[in-house]
Amino acid sequence: MAATGEMNAPARRPVAPAMGGAPVTARAVLMVRVLFALAILAAWEALSRSGLFYGEVIPSLTRIVASLGKLLVDPVFYKNLQVTALETGASLGIGAAAGITTGIILGANRFLMRAFEPYVYYLSPTPRIILFPVMIMWFGVGPASKVALGALSAYFAIALSTAAGMRQIDQILIRVGRSFRATTWQMATKIYLPAMRVPILNGLRLGMGTAIITVLLAETKLSNQGLGYMIMQVYTRFDMPGLYALLIVVFAIAGACNALIGKLAREQI
Amino acid sequence: MAKSASQSGVLFRYGPEITGVASIVVAALIFEFLVRVGVVNRFVIPPPSDVIMALERVVVEENILARSGATAFEMIVAAFASVAVGVPIGALLYRSNLWRRAMEDWVGAMAAAPIVLAFPLFLVLFGRSPKTIIVMAFFHGLAPIILKTIEGLAGTRKVLINVGRSLNMTSSQLFWKILFPSALPVIFTGIRLSWTFVLITVVGVEYLINLGGLGQLINELAERYDLPGTYAAILFVILVSVFFFVLLERVELWLRPAR
Repeated sequence: MAATGEMNAPARRPVAPAMGGAPVTARAVLMVRVLFALAILAAWEALSRSGLFYGEVIPSLTRIVASLGKLLVDPVFYKNLQVTALETGASLGIGAAAGITTGIILGANRFLMRAFEPYVYYLSPTPRIILFPVMIMWFGVGPASKVALGALSAYFAIALSTAAGMRQIDQILIRVGRSFRATTWQMATKIYLPAMRVPILNGLRLGMGTAIITVLLAETKLSNQGLGYMIMQVYTRFDMPGLYALLIVVFAIAGACNALIGKLAREQI
Repeated sequence: MAKSASQSGVLFRYGPEITGVASIVVAALIFEFLVRVGVVNRFVIPPPSDVIMALERVVVEENILARSGATAFEMIVAAFASVAVGVPIGALLYRSNLWRRAMEDWVGAMAAAPIVLAFPLFLVLFGRSPKTIIVMAFFHGLAPIILKTIEGLAGTRKVLINVGRSLNMTSSQLFWKILFPSALPVIFTGIRLSWTFVLITVVGVEYLINLGGLGQLINELAERYDLPGTYAAILFVILVSVFFFVLLERVELWLRPAR
């Protein structure tokens, strides 16, 4: 998603001193974070016990933690996690293969860039989940339709990031490769791909984020397996502590995957 | 002679764009042919001509104006609420180094969080009503505005702040006369990103919970197995989305100071 891309790749920039800003230690930052988190948890518990809401809507923290523990030892959770992981992995693989190919073609050729990149760019932030009925008609109600939708979601971010990366390659590197009479394969593997490692990994990070969300949303809409399906099951049973626990786990998994690829992108070769 | 030269000039100048449009037309014609000769099943992919014809039917018979109005209402409320809450939070975080450093990463994580997945939770909290859609879209749209407000204010040129201080401006004057106008273009980038998230969330949740405007229309047509109608409705939503993004980009370009 182009929009998400602009959001998710903020460089650590030097900030002008805030009005009346003072030097801040890491310890003070940690303290504020801990206090803020504790205040949120305390507010939650107070709301839960206040009787303002029906007890099940805002369950107590102890019940959520108990549900979380139960969920993490439940084999059904891991079976569904495996399904979602496989669907997301396949989505990302297909989306990445198509996206990187498209990105290299658009990045290498100005004519094709002007002809087709605006379509990729403007279609990238459209709500993809609305294409789910089409995917069901094309690929059926099984995992294939979720994989296809996930791949389509990942494709745009990866294609745009790769195309931008291709255009940013230092011309000197290309000239060096040519002066050594490198073959096309050598140019691709020794010059282009290493030079585009960071933009491709950034594209993969964004693509994976959107693929995870899209696959899970598709599972909530029509599926009989996967974490999205599980979310709908606990919702239908009105098992609110279970719903909170499941959402915490899903958010944590999505965040961890995002952080992992982000770390890979930041690491130097 | 001169006319043909100018025509070839246009072709040369806009060759890539013309190629792009022509490729789409050719692809549609190929699909039309493949469906009509039976290579592609028309119950999977309807002929493009049927989809274009259905576009008119969808607009006329499916009450698309009212549906667009419902979606637009949800979007406007969520979008302006995001701005009304996000800009002050961003400005407050900018004023305190400690709070900014403590919270900025968390707000960034919130921007990347799959909030839309929590729709069953919001359904329980707010009921199956537009309120659920608006609240979800509001939360999804909040983080970009907060982050870009901080970035915009922090990016104010030191010389401008010094000019303000040399004029003995109060904190409030410094903010309203120097910092805020200087940060406005970056804040609008945040607004553009935020409103894009808002659109995606509103239409997506409408589709998922089968409620509201354009998202619900797609769901209803798909459930009726009205294939040309479903494709036409999806095409309509995509066109509206693209128009919205282009409009936001134009406003952003207009606000950006000349370099």
